[in-house]
Amino acid sequence: MNQVISYIKTFALWELLKGLSVTQRNWFRKSVTLEYPEEKTPQSPRFRGLHALRRYPNGEERCIACKLCEAVCPALAITIESGVSDDGTRRTSRYDIDLFKCIYCGFCEEACPVDAIVETRIHEYHMEAPGENIMTKDKLLAVGEKYDAMISADKAADAKYR
Amino acid sequence: MSNDIVNIEVDGKPVEARPGQMIIEVTDQIGAYVPRFCYHEKLSVAANCRMCLVDIEGAPKPIPACAQPVNEGMKIFTKSPRAIAAQKATMEFLLINHPLDCPICDQGGECELQDLAMGYGRDVSRYNDGKRVVKDKDIGPLVSTDMTRCIHCTRCVRFGEEIQGKPQLGTTLRGENVVISTYVEQNIDHELSANIIDLCPVGALNNKPYRYSARAWEMMRRETVAPHDCVGSNMYAHVLRGTVKRIVPRSNEAINESWLADRDRFSYEAIYSADRLARPRIKESGEWRDIDWEEALEAAAAGLKDADTLGLLASPSATVEEGHLLARLAQHLGTSNLDHRIERRDFSDEDNDPAFPWLGCSIADIEKQDVIVVIGSHIRQEAPILAHRLRKAALAGASVNFVSSEEHEYFFDVDNYVSGAGLVQLLSGDAIKPVVEKLEKATNALVLMGNIAGRHRAFSAVRALAAGIATRTGAKLGTLSPGANSAGLSLAGVLPQKGDGLHAGAMLDSALNATLLLNVEPDADFHAADDAVEKLAQQEFVVALTPFVSDALLEAADLLLPIGTFAETSGTYVNVEGRWQSFSGVANPVGEARPAWKVLRVLGNLVDADGFDYVTSEDVLAECRESIGDVGEPVGGPVGGPSGPNPFAAEAAPTAEAAPTAESADQPADDIDVPLYSVDGLVRRATALQRTTEARRAAGEDRD
Repeated sequence: MNQVISYIKTFALWELLKGLSVTQRNWFRKSVTLEYPEEKTPQSPRFRGLHALRRYPNGEERCIACKLCEAVCPALAITIESGVSDDGTRRTSRYDIDLFKCIYCGFCEEACPVDAIVETRIHEYHMEAPGENIMTKDKLLAVGEKYDAMISADKAADAKYR
Repeated sequence: MSNDIVNIEVDGKPVEARPGQMIIEVTDQIGAYVPRFCYHEKLSVAANCRMCLVDIEGAPKPIPACAQPVNEGMKIFTKSPRAIAAQKATMEFLLINHPLDCPICDQGGECELQDLAMGYGRDVSRYNDGKRVVKDKDIGPLVSTDMTRCIHCTRCVRFGEEIQGKPQLGTTLRGENVVISTYVEQNIDHELSANIIDLCPVGALNNKPYRYSARAWEMMRRETVAPHDCVGSNMYAHVLRGTVKRIVPRSNEAINESWLADRDRFSYEAIYSADRLARPRIKESGEWRDIDWEEALEAAAAGLKDADTLGLLASPSATVEEGHLLARLAQHLGTSNLDHRIERRDFSDEDNDPAFPWLGCSIADIEKQDVIVVIGSHIRQEAPILAHRLRKAALAGASVNFVSSEEHEYFFDVDNYVSGAGLVQLLSGDAIKPVVEKLEKATNALVLMGNIAGRHRAFSAVRALAAGIATRTGAKLGTLSPGANSAGLSLAGVLPQKGDGLHAGAMLDSALNATLLLNVEPDADFHAADDAVEKLAQQEFVVALTPFVSDALLEAADLLLPIGTFAETSGTYVNVEGRWQSFSGVANPVGEARPAWKVLRVLGNLVDADGFDYVTSEDVLAECRESIGDVGEPVGGPVGGPSGPNPFAAEAAPTAEAAPTAESADQPADDIDVPLYSVDGLVRRATALQRTTEARRAAGEDRD
């Protein structure tokens, strides 16, 4: 009997119809995938992407070269050299993050007493030449300046949980 | 009840203490830690931080452990709820005014207040009023101040009064308004002043040259030995990524206790000075040209081999290993002209030199002397740590006397200051008689000759007279020596070979063909002959192994080979009490500089000397010690105190009567007193030290 049913099913294209029914059902459902890169998933304000160094609204660097981020970094990705700046304050003379070593754990951001080093929501970046994986102080400050609005908004959104 | 033992109980455990001991000394001995800020074992008790409050049974309230002597049957609780509550309350008071700027404070990570606040502090302050702010003081180029952080432990004040003997910091006002300051704005300029950096339990007094450049936790701590005086102070170099960031003292009760002279602490700056010679250089028809090591070493070997008459001169701060290799090289090259005594001007009785310059007793024993006579020495400049020992002796009741043409300032009661004429005249005149009488009466007496005596034009007469006085009175005779390793180089045989060898002075005066200079700057270090630079410049071939390049070297030398400073080479120093102290290189070499012993090893191979196949500097040291045999052994190995015969004893008696007094040689104006911060190439290039009041005074600049 089973053999007969199977025989009929084969010629009635039953399996095909069954498959198409799945397609048809999903046709009217809300889509779960996105047309990346035209469309993007929503991100938490806590998203940990590319690093940035921030400035105060008056343009002064936030970073005070306390080296806590360097000490806490589990991947040893941060290298800092510090010294006395022209105005007598404690500042970094070098602040490098090796993006190949970084595991984006966010400890540096947690450790920072002045909210200077942050991880932004930027996650789409690439390197073309050797050495570009090193985010120098200038590059980090440039990221911070460019995305200042985004970083400030994220910090404000997350502030009440801290 | 026994008189010398007090039975007490600490945290329930019975402990035996000495009468008069403070509770905190007993708890430290048995390892029961009591928190403290103002107490320091080398300073007097102030009991003003109140952090060490402990609970004593029967006492109405907690009592400071640093100021309470033990009593028979005392029951002490260091961790009882009442003790902990008292300590926490004290910490809360201390934190009322202490700023929360740990992230930018150089003390962060090694701060006693920070550490104890972890254990005794509250998470959140209950204090909502404004914090106290105190204006920072400018107290000189060595110590930075952030006086808002001060918790008024007064360790720095007590250090000035008790250790320096020159109170420079003090407290003014009282209560919450108390401030630590120099009363009139001035630089602190004692030669030990920077020790207040280590004493300060918070970040109020910090290391100025090191300011903001590194963190305590990221640096490697490596042991080394101070290279500027004959004491050989023990110290740690704190190294970050191969660069020396700062120097701190390493406690050694037998040598430097827990102190370090400013000179030893800050000379590391010179390692990274702009004067460092980065690559070998050669002079060809008057023009200097950088060359590579291979070419340079071959040129050096060829020059040494071709020389008809050759001299080798080493700095008195060269290591034993360098000295041994130099002596072997000289032997192979067939020259007897070898010397390290480049500061000495009178070699007339060099045959009577002791096996090595010896202090006469151990450094720690200076304190135990009854009478000390220091002849021809500005000892605060020559060996600051020994000057501190002299001061301790004087405070303990010893009679400390000075014989010197010029009077120098000391911060204790000097019994007799015999001065005002040339040393020979002073030692043979009437003025010395009260001192000699004192020496005769004393059981423990020391006659100490300093470096001004050592550089005297009639040193042989000075030494004969000093030896005469010592022999007649039964006192020990000792000497200071220039550089860090005069003793080691004497033992390693960096001396003219008996017979035909020329000493340092004669080497330049007798127009040799060629000279090898090891870490010698002919303009500044050389006193053995006048016009050293011109005389060297006339020679056919002068090769200088030097860490620094200077105008004088460029004029005098034909080939410069860059060598490492004390921080970049391994080696051994023998200090003035005969203590052998080996150290390894702590920092990466600057430029292409190489340790001098390696350069000498390759030179040895290039001139086809046998047995120059050492692998490590320990091999060189082992061979050197073997060759020295018994001469160096009796007075101290690498550990253990020196003891043994006075190396002066043999020659002391015969020369005592025949004291030749050459009037022309004995002029006080002719004495050479090398200023505190000019003793060697490193110190002369340490920028912070050169900005001190002391250095500017020596350079003839006005004080600001």
